[in-house]
Amino acid sequence: MILGAVALIWVAVTSVHFIQPGEQAVVTWLGGKYSRTIDSGTRFTAPWPIEMVEKENVTQIRSEAIPGTNTEKLILTADQNLVDLSYLIRWNISDLTLYKYQLSDPRNALLEIGEAAMRAAVARKKLDQVLTGEGRAEIEQDVRERMQARLDAYRSGITVQGIEINKTDPPARVEEAFKDVSSAQQDADAAINRARAVAQQLLARAQGDASEFNNIYEEYKLAPEVTRRRLYYETMESILSKTDKTIVESGNVMPYLPLPEMKRRSQAQPARPQGE
Amino acid sequence: MNALMQNYKALAIGGVAVVVALLASVVIVPETHQAVVIRTGQPDRVFNMFRPDAPYGQTGAGINWRIPFVEQVRLIDRRVLDLDMERTQVLSNDQQRLQVDAYARYRIIDPVRLVERAGDERQLESQLLPILTSVVRQELGRRPFTSLISAERGTAMANITKTLDAQARNYGAQVLDVRIKAADLPEGRPLDAAFTRMETDRQEEAATIRAAGQRDAQIIQAEASAEAASIYADAYGKDPEFYDFYRAMQSYRQTFLAGEGQSSMVLSDDSEYFRQFRGKK
Repeated sequence: MILGAVALIWVAVTSVHFIQPGEQAVVTWLGGKYSRTIDSGTRFTAPWPIEMVEKENVTQIRSEAIPGTNTEKLILTADQNLVDLSYLIRWNISDLTLYKYQLSDPRNALLEIGEAAMRAAVARKKLDQVLTGEGRAEIEQDVRERMQARLDAYRSGITVQGIEINKTDPPARVEEAFKDVSSAQQDADAAINRARAVAQQLLARAQGDASEFNNIYEEYKLAPEVTRRRLYYETMESILSKTDKTIVESGNVMPYLPLPEMKRRSQAQPARPQGE
Repeated sequence: MNALMQNYKALAIGGVAVVVALLASVVIVPETHQAVVIRTGQPDRVFNMFRPDAPYGQTGAGINWRIPFVEQVRLIDRRVLDLDMERTQVLSNDQQRLQVDAYARYRIIDPVRLVERAGDERQLESQLLPILTSVVRQELGRRPFTSLISAERGTAMANITKTLDAQARNYGAQVLDVRIKAADLPEGRPLDAAFTRMETDRQEEAATIRAAGQRDAQIIQAEASAEAASIYADAYGKDPEFYDFYRAMQSYRQTFLAGEGQSSMVLSDDSEYFRQFRGKK
């Protein structure tokens, strides 16, 4: 009686399977011969151990970050430089039966194939192409295709959904030199900007001077002699009113120049600012 | 009563014996493995042997039979297996060293031969690994360094696969492919040299950029100066003689007024300025 109840519960528990959406399961006879693959939903099988069920999520996209930790991963480029690179492989199971029975360690195979494909793809690009990201999309595409071709050749039942390159950096040891290149670019830009400013000043000054001259020249043409005199006297006036003057009569008198005194006077006020 | 008990006992013992015999003769072969049945030391037959075209479910996996105690069963992996080479230093034909990481994938297609010649998969692996290493060294050692680091290693990989496959066939295995996982510069001098080269490359680039910036700056200034000169020439060229006078006036103001009070002038009374002062003429 009790045995019968236990047996009933046993059958009930092990022959009804709730396969979640996105999951599939392989059913095997006694853990040996493959019987069938069942999809999501409520499914019935013969009770354990006559039929055994192994569930696996097949729609879920799995990600593998490489390298997993924050270590530096150096890869050689076509021009024999090194680049520190990290990437992500996104994949899912496209054929559960093949995934289960074809490869002894599908995930490890995926990682190895990815590694080989990534290095091969980077080795075709120059360092600058890898660093600038211009070549990144191509590398991602290239790696994905190579990986899928390999995985299909093994009939692995894996589909690579995408490769994403997260980081492409110069190696830490030479980072300074790389930073200096971008600061050199900024230095160059700064020099050019300064030169432009100076150039603008030069031109503005030239235009100003020219138009000033032109204006005066217009006046001068109207009355050349008068304008010339006027300019001369105005200039001398403004100069001589602010200078020490010694007027010497020409002719027979030997002029005495009080040079030491003049010198002293000019030394007494040397700190006078230049432009007021 | 006693006889009945005896009978039951015999029955029970008989039943247990039958069950034990049954269990001992049943072999459940999983889909992932092939089973070699060995009778008195000689491989006799194989269950679930690998055949590339057989669909799953019809390969012979599952319940199989053997004669208990006389026949032994050895399970051999049926899937694609991985042979991971340790990192090896390879010397290219131009005497450069490279650190190479390779793997091979293979499958056991003749489990009987494997059992006879190697025993099991692990034995096979330890047989194949040194072969793989030496073949990789040999093949890559014939090539120049640049072709090793590039992805196109030409016929090298095909040759390696072929050589390794020929060896593996002796053990009942088939090599699907051999791949170079990584080809790196070894730590120490080669790596340091690469870093130094990268550094000097960048230093050169930085110097070039700075120099180009300076050059462009100079060009911009020179062009502006030229343009300014032409503006001046256009204006002043109209009357050089008046310009001379005008500029002289400007220059006097500049010279004497800049250092105000610091200049002393000694003027002769027959200078132009004092023409009227002297009442002459």
